[in-house]
Amino acid sequence: MGDLKLPAIDYGALAPMLILFGVACLGILVEALAPKKSRQAVQLTLSFLAIIASFVAVVVQHSTRKITIGGAVAVDGPTVFLQGAILALGAVSLMLIGERTIEKGGAFVSQAAITVGSQKDLRQAGDQPGATEVYPLTLFALGGMLLFVSANDLLTMFVALEVFSLPLYLLCALARRRRLLSQEAALKYFLLGSYASAFFLFGAALIYGFAGGISFGAVHDAVANPQRSEVLLYAGLALVAIGLLFKAALAPFHVWTPDVYQGAPTPITALMAACTKVAAFGALLRVLYVSFEGVRWDFQPVLGVIAVLTMLVGAVLAVTQTDMKRLLAYSSVANAGYLLVGVLALNEEGLSSTMFYLVAYGFSVLAAFGIVTLVRDADGEATHLSRWAGLGRKSPLFAGTFTFILLAFAGIPLTSGFTAKFAVFGAAVEGGQTWLVIFGVISSMLLAFPYLRVVVLLWLSEPGESTPTVSIPGFMTAAALTIGVIATFALGVVPAPLIDLTRDAAQFVR
Amino acid sequence: MSDFPFLSILTLLPLVGAVVVGVIPRRKAELAKTIALIWSLVVLVLSIFMWVAFKIDGDRFQFHESYQWIPSWDARFTFAADGIALVMLMLIAVLTPVVILASWHDVDGDGKRSAPVYFALLLAFEFTMIGVFAAADIFLFYVFFEVMLIPMYFIIGSFGGARRQYAAVKFFLYSLVGGLFMLAAVIGLWVVGGHTFDFSKLLQSVGEIDQNTSRWLFLGFFVAFAIKAPFFPFHTWLPDAGGAAPAGAAALLVGVMDKVGTFGILRYCLPLFPEASRWFAPAALVLAVIGIIYAALLAVGQNDLKRLVSYTSIAHFGFIGIGIFAFTTQGGTGSVLYMVNHGLATGLLFIVVGMFVARRGSSLVSDFGGAGKLVPVLAGVLFFAGLASLALPGTAPFISEFLVLIGTFTVHKVYAVIATVGIILAAAYVLWMVQRTTQGTLNPALEEVPAMRKDITLREKVVVAPLILLLLLLGFYPKPVTDVINPAVQATMQDVGTTDPGPTAVTANGRAAR
Repeated sequence: MGDLKLPAIDYGALAPMLILFGVACLGILVEALAPKKSRQAVQLTLSFLAIIASFVAVVVQHSTRKITIGGAVAVDGPTVFLQGAILALGAVSLMLIGERTIEKGGAFVSQAAITVGSQKDLRQAGDQPGATEVYPLTLFALGGMLLFVSANDLLTMFVALEVFSLPLYLLCALARRRRLLSQEAALKYFLLGSYASAFFLFGAALIYGFAGGISFGAVHDAVANPQRSEVLLYAGLALVAIGLLFKAALAPFHVWTPDVYQGAPTPITALMAACTKVAAFGALLRVLYVSFEGVRWDFQPVLGVIAVLTMLVGAVLAVTQTDMKRLLAYSSVANAGYLLVGVLALNEEGLSSTMFYLVAYGFSVLAAFGIVTLVRDADGEATHLSRWAGLGRKSPLFAGTFTFILLAFAGIPLTSGFTAKFAVFGAAVEGGQTWLVIFGVISSMLLAFPYLRVVVLLWLSEPGESTPTVSIPGFMTAAALTIGVIATFALGVVPAPLIDLTRDAAQFVR
Repeated sequence: MSDFPFLSILTLLPLVGAVVVGVIPRRKAELAKTIALIWSLVVLVLSIFMWVAFKIDGDRFQFHESYQWIPSWDARFTFAADGIALVMLMLIAVLTPVVILASWHDVDGDGKRSAPVYFALLLAFEFTMIGVFAAADIFLFYVFFEVMLIPMYFIIGSFGGARRQYAAVKFFLYSLVGGLFMLAAVIGLWVVGGHTFDFSKLLQSVGEIDQNTSRWLFLGFFVAFAIKAPFFPFHTWLPDAGGAAPAGAAALLVGVMDKVGTFGILRYCLPLFPEASRWFAPAALVLAVIGIIYAALLAVGQNDLKRLVSYTSIAHFGFIGIGIFAFTTQGGTGSVLYMVNHGLATGLLFIVVGMFVARRGSSLVSDFGGAGKLVPVLAGVLFFAGLASLALPGTAPFISEFLVLIGTFTVHKVYAVIATVGIILAAAYVLWMVQRTTQGTLNPALEEVPAMRKDITLREKVVVAPLILLLLLLGFYPKPVTDVINPAVQATMQDVGTTDPGPTAVTANGRAAR
């Protein structure tokens, strides 16, 4: 027993995560030691530097293909690409999170524990600067996501799941306005998320029972050459999948999405819609492609039904929404369905097109929520659809931007929404999943209606008495919007570089 | 001269113009209009040069250009035009300046709506139209096919008449539904056709697609084109859109945009899926014939001038449809010629109706009556446009309608005979419309409207003159156009027949081939 050897650790390969976690811890110290006035500036700078440094570390690793730290972390093409995507999208989300000029003190409350509606609460909603704990929490979440997409065994994946989920639960509860809704959202997300994590863990245990190991490579070998009852395998796979499908917001595990997206502070909603989606699908891709490729015929139809259900439920319910954030939430559910169609192609095309879709959708959705933060009245964001009527008259620039993003969501050519949808549907036809594409097309038709309704509201309706103003965005929101819109346009017109990048990256190590 | 990159420049020119006009401040409306007009005339001149450079006995596809776009999908910016595309490009190039001039005062005196935006949208629409006809890469074609909805959506939605919101949304959703069916088919074609979008490469490889797949793919394309054209029973969006759009835009919508449907069937459905085309031909013929009769009957009963003209167009698209699916060279040439002539005749009809509507402030037939006594020349133009539209001999549509009918009669006598009834109905709806608006006793309410006392202005004369001239010219001497169309149609019909045992089976033996 004395010769217990430490596993070899490739610190270079782990650097992106180590940087984020390290700076997040540093951020907590700043919280404790730095004077209140300077915290915002210090934290914001630190966070940006951390993300940039981490991104550089990812770029440096771009050709690394190895499994390190005792088989716990795999650094390969998809890892590098998805980590880069999470960091890029995370940086844009951070711009929205760090915005302090649109509303005095920012979108976050200073002390979330104060009773809602009390005198003290009204005072803090009025003028106190928002909590700066959001920065370390965001960094922890992003770090967890990086680990999540690179985890090479089920336990590491579970740990990563918890690491990125817990900060998100907290962040959801920190909205400055509509505090009750925000807290309700956080609680809902926390409870359902915990159940999902429990499912995941239970599934991991069953798979361990089946395969005698938890690393994805070991599971793959056991699937190819089963030694024990396959009941364990299928039950375990189902439970693990439920945990992942919950995070990816696929029907019937999507019911938290509209409530949480609506209740959370909008910058956090943007973070979840962009980055969490990348992380969840990254993990789903790895689990399905690396471990369970041998039983593809068994899970493909089941997940296919889930994809169809998700696309239809998301599209149909989006039609009936009257709140902008809920509409975008259901649209993100439907988009998760399109992503799953790409995943289910189960070929290299499927992997690369799903990764492309994640990036394309991420930038568009960040821009969409960025605009939601700008349309406000005295009580904060005016998210009810009727309030957006005639906005095109009052602020053509923002209405035009939002229209462009909606056209991207609807998959009109010359936007990234079209090329991304084309890529995943093409991969699915290639992979013999034509029926999924047909349902995808039907769902796109349904989904075009709510988008078009918003466009009509913006441009063709007369502005009402209560049409809110569009705030002048601060520098950071403006930058986030610009990046989102440019990415949406560029990936629609010249998608070739990113497609080539995803193709080069589309190879897992086992 | 033929090395000159005509098609890419022709495509991009209106886009640049749209941007230039769009950024002009709304106060300088006159400047914006003038620039838009000059810009569209430059496009017209360029396309005339292209027409001259086109070699009638040359290759089927000329002016070929290709630039790299998305290498991993083999999607390229490929442009090429055959005779069919060339005449459509000419049509759009002629109609756009006419429509711009006709719409000169459409957005005047209205503080809410911006004139530069309107004319920029018209140029943007011309850009997408030229692109859709010039593309020889299916991915590029699809991109233009979808993008062309956006300028038209805003033209109808922001500058249209009473029910413009409803009409714009209906228009957009109908077209988008068709487009998405086509998207599925485009993806399918890409996968089974060897991972390329290049039209000429696909022509080589489609022979290997199995019959069932080919039929599904045909259906995907056909539904999109049938909605766009529109054929019965996918037509219900057109009367709403045509009725709500400003008259000039409606002329472009019905005159050019709807031709994308019939053009798409000729360019993509027939050559790429010959077997499926023959298999579906009886169904398509039945739909086309129903469309001719049904739309003509509805047109007779319309009280709204713009809706009436829209319904007449649906009937005309039925004629184009039977001409295409008869699979004879006469029928095919007749159909393409019909597309051009219908663009001119219906374009003129819409524009003249627009002049009446602008004066009266209403598009209802019952609000007119005896208008010829007040505006005799304008009423005469309406009469001429109506006669052209019902294909009176001596006007261009007569030749195309005649070609379509004899082309169809040689293979499908029954359909041709039923379609002939449509001609009688056409006489009914046109003559009734002309009679109830311009003839008879003067409606006393008309005299109250000061604008109705003003007969055709110089600007309006300049608008209608080229269209009238072209209609007469092509009515007596269509050879320049048919010479361009014929080789392309023959090549298309050959594509349909190539996989058929015996090259004459389709034309001479159409019944057996079914």
